[in-house]
Amino acid sequence: MAKLRIGAGSAWWGDRLEPARLNAEEGDLDYLCFETMAEATVSAALAHLRRGTKIVSNQGWINPEGAAERIVHHLRELGAYGVKVAAVSGSLITDRVLDVTDTLMEDGRPTSVLKDSMVSAEAYMGAEPIVAALRDGASIVVTGRVADPSIFMAPMMHEFGWDSLDHAKVGPGSGLGHVLECGAQVTGGYFSDPGFKDVPEPWNLAFPIAEVEDDGSAVITKVAGTGGAVTMMTVKEQLFYEVHDPGRYITPDVVVDFTTTEVEEVGRDRVRVAKIGGKPRTPTLKVSIACMEGFIGEDMFFYAGPGALRRAELAKTILEERFKIVGLQADEVRVDFVGLNAIHGPMSPRGGPEPYEIAVRVAARTKTREEALKVGREVDGMAVSGVGMTGKRVPHQDRTREIIGVWSTLVPRDEVRPVTTMYVS
Amino acid sequence: MRVLLQHVAHVRSGDKGNTSNITAIAYGPELYPLLKDQLTAERVKDFYAGVVTGPVERFAVDHLWVLNFVAQGALGGGVSRSLCLDNYGKALSAALLGFDLHVPESLGNHLRNHHR
Repeated sequence: MAKLRIGAGSAWWGDRLEPARLNAEEGDLDYLCFETMAEATVSAALAHLRRGTKIVSNQGWINPEGAAERIVHHLRELGAYGVKVAAVSGSLITDRVLDVTDTLMEDGRPTSVLKDSMVSAEAYMGAEPIVAALRDGASIVVTGRVADPSIFMAPMMHEFGWDSLDHAKVGPGSGLGHVLECGAQVTGGYFSDPGFKDVPEPWNLAFPIAEVEDDGSAVITKVAGTGGAVTMMTVKEQLFYEVHDPGRYITPDVVVDFTTTEVEEVGRDRVRVAKIGGKPRTPTLKVSIACMEGFIGEDMFFYAGPGALRRAELAKTILEERFKIVGLQADEVRVDFVGLNAIHGPMSPRGGPEPYEIAVRVAARTKTREEALKVGREVDGMAVSGVGMTGKRVPHQDRTREIIGVWSTLVPRDEVRPVTTMYVS
Repeated sequence: MRVLLQHVAHVRSGDKGNTSNITAIAYGPELYPLLKDQLTAERVKDFYAGVVTGPVERFAVDHLWVLNFVAQGALGGGVSRSLCLDNYGKALSAALLGFDLHVPESLGNHLRNHHR
């Protein structure tokens, strides 16, 4: 295979559907890869299996077999029979995580401290089980927790016949996977800054397509006629997004080295990415352990016009006193003035002109829902017992939410055994 | 002359746990050396005082004009625990656009969207 065309179908579970459909219809793709995948997208994408476009997604979450059965159901509805769909599970290691891991990466405590609060533990698997499923003829592969770059790199490994230990090839391929995994973030999304960084039609963005070559270089592009842009700047921003040491970006398949990367504009919305490096993979896989850690209660109310800030400051004082009176038990309480300091907190500039409008936003992290509910209840009190000219919403939504805290640890590779089940529509 | 970083570099931030990475990328090779010289890990740590509670480490990729800052303890405990409205710290990089740089007059025509 001379060039492999891999397109992105989604970057997260709430992503837009139209760009995925567009990539399926007009991207002339060999593979469409989804970092999570909505059911509506599945249907849109399935309609284009006729071209031979294969689909890889890690949307199986904790039940890849259930997802595969659902996909088979959709395929039959569309009259597509005989299509092979592979489910890859094995990432869920909740039942044995405390036996096969040692310490938490965040603070070095033993993982056993999470025994009572743990909800689930998932290891990040790599590309190998996907490659095996493709080799066995799967047109669609849906997995549990697989690292995002791996779902894009697996088709490269399969089509170009790269050995899983050939880090000189797997490294560049995983690097390209990283460029693609956040969808529109490389095609003009999460990018525009009027006057400084403008892109055409930012309301009409496409998801990226990579034209990959056997050496792990690629041209990053998008379907013609769409908004957004693929430029040196969009590619470089995405290249380092969520990267720490650029010389050691650890994935399950390889350690990627971005420090040698060449980025070059070779045409309109065409950027060539080459010379990403690779180093041997680590002996361990990362595990995310999700834990019940309590609750957050939050709400907001509003001031406007001359004196908005001084009324907001009095409201803050009232809330703080009220929390003492009702004995709020919280690990942290935060009162922000949206429009002044809610986003950058204590580093926000002081002494500027008074904003015309201020939203007072209060949040508390608590051990129990009962305590978290006190936040909304005290904000309700601000309606008739608070400051003059307080703007307030009718409290008809739940103002508490559960915290699922995530901890990280490492597990030896051979403790995670992928299980592949093949279905045929 | 004193120039805000927004005229010299573009920025993006990403999250991993309680760590934020903030990337500053010079608009051109002429501007990169002064960015690298002045935007040190220490100054970035001071600049984010009160928000970033842990150490800040800097990685430079010179030929791409990239400085990548890794700031620990930047996200209020991480996305699910943070009480900040921007709990991913997506807007955290934007603060850096207001960082003051000294730019020689001779480089004025390389600045982005800068009108004297």
